[in-house]
This record gives sequence, C-alpha cells and structure tokens, in this order.
Amino acid sequence: MNIVNFTPVSALTGGLLIGLSVALFFTLNGRMIGISGIASNFLVSKNNRIDNFLFLVGLILGPLIYNLISGKEINISISSSLILLIIGGSLVGFGTRLSSGCTSGHGISGISRFSLRSIIATITFMLVGILTVLITGIL
Amino acid sequence: MNKIVSLLCGIIFGIGLVISEMINPEKVLGFLNIFKEWDPSLAFVMIGGLIVSTPIFHLFKNKNKPLFSSNFSIPTNKQIDKKLIIGSVFFGSGWGLIGLCPGPAITSIALLNMSSAIFVTSMFIGFYLASKVN
Repeated sequence: MNIVNFTPVSALTGGLLIGLSVALFFTLNGRMIGISGIASNFLVSKNNRIDNFLFLVGLILGPLIYNLISGKEINISISSSLILLIIGGSLVGFGTRLSSGCTSGHGISGISRFSLRSIIATITFMLVGILTVLITGIL
Repeated sequence: MNKIVSLLCGIIFGIGLVISEMINPEKVLGFLNIFKEWDPSLAFVMIGGLIVSTPIFHLFKNKNKPLFSSNFSIPTNKQIDKKLIIGSVFFGSGWGLIGLCPGPAITSIALLNMSSAIFVTSMFIGFYLASKVN
C-alpha cells in the first residue's frame, strides 16, 4: 500500500464545516442531519417538506457560493459508464433507505450519538465499499 | 426562522463537501482503495465532523427544546436487523462502484455534470422503491 494525494488540512476543514452544519441543525431546528433521509423524505413525505427542500437547495448553492467567494473552479471527474451510474445510483438510493442512513446520517450524526446501529452500519458500508473498489480494480 | 436555518445548514454542508473534496468521486474511490494507492484524506472529514457534532449533541440533547422548533427529534430505532445490514451492503457497493454518496451526489448537481445527474435520478428512484418496501 502507498499513500497518495493526501490532503488532511482541506479534508479536516471541510469536515469541521459539515460538523458545524449538523450541530446548528440540531440545536436550532432539533433534527439530526442525514442527507438520504432529508432527500427521500422530501420525495415521499409531507412532513417538513419545505425545510427538507430548502436544505437540498442549500447543498446545491454550496459549490456556487464557494466558487463566488474563492474564485476557484471545482472540478470533479466521473468516468463510470451509463449503466454503472444507474446501478450505482439505485443501490445507493435503495440501500440508504433500507438501512435508514448514509455517510452523514449514520457516519456523522449516528456516531456522534454513540448509536451502535450507526456504528455497525458505517463499518459495513465502509468495508463493502473497500471490497467493491478492490474487486473493480481487479476486473 | 427554521426555514432560514435549513437553507443555511445546507449551504454550510455543501461548502464542507467541496472544501473536503468529498464531492469528487475520484477522491472517494482513492479513500476506499486501501490495498493499492490509498488516499486517507476522507478519514479526516469524518474526524472533523465528529469533533464538532459529538460534544454539541451531548450538551444539548437533554435541553427542553431547540431554539426554533417545538421539540428535538432524535432517532429511536436501536434494532440491529437484516434491513440495516443488507441496506448498508447495497449502499457500500454502490458507493464503491461510483464514488458518490447522497450528499456529494446532490451537491454536484450545481456543477451541471451529466453523469452525476444520471446518478442522482437513479438514487431518487431507489429512494422511492425503498419507501414502497419499508
């Protein structure tokens, strides 16, 4: 194993902002952030629909505001084929709702509550993610 | 007021995903590639998130109510069941396949990237199907 592209400072800075968002949403609005929950509830439930919608709008405004303030371009690269994008997206959507949480809901909010359920979910999706990258690297 | 908080928290979260580069699938796949060329950065995103959210949660969880809402709503499900494990396995495999999870996927809509739009559409179909199963 080689360590590559390691950027601990920007990762930690971004993480602190994510933690701040979770902390503010909890202390001010009383809810724990889980993006898959917010997004799917916006789709299927009337409860808190406007709040959920505004949060999602905020997420999308995030990169635009960052770009406006910093002047830095944001580049991402996705090389997956159409069929893999559809399979991957469906697995992520279906799986996060079946287990009631994703990287934010289980990985940040759940673990900060010391929820055993969330700790087990996080370990599971991390290990399966690692295994998937290992297998697709071999294929 | 809680509407403004929702929008603001979304913006802060989105900027956090951009600065940490979690929005970039290549970065995520590098983090999951521990056996070859490993990029440990995203562990620091989690550490950063937890060192803020953990103490704040435990300081406020026993207070009467949040500032702009009538009550705290904290998940109560403690069951470690098949749904939790199977769901996490599905999620982990989709995450490892593309390198996108729900937050970064939705945030990346701002970049008008066709691939992420296809991913997000499929993800919402997955949300809908799961709501029919649950």
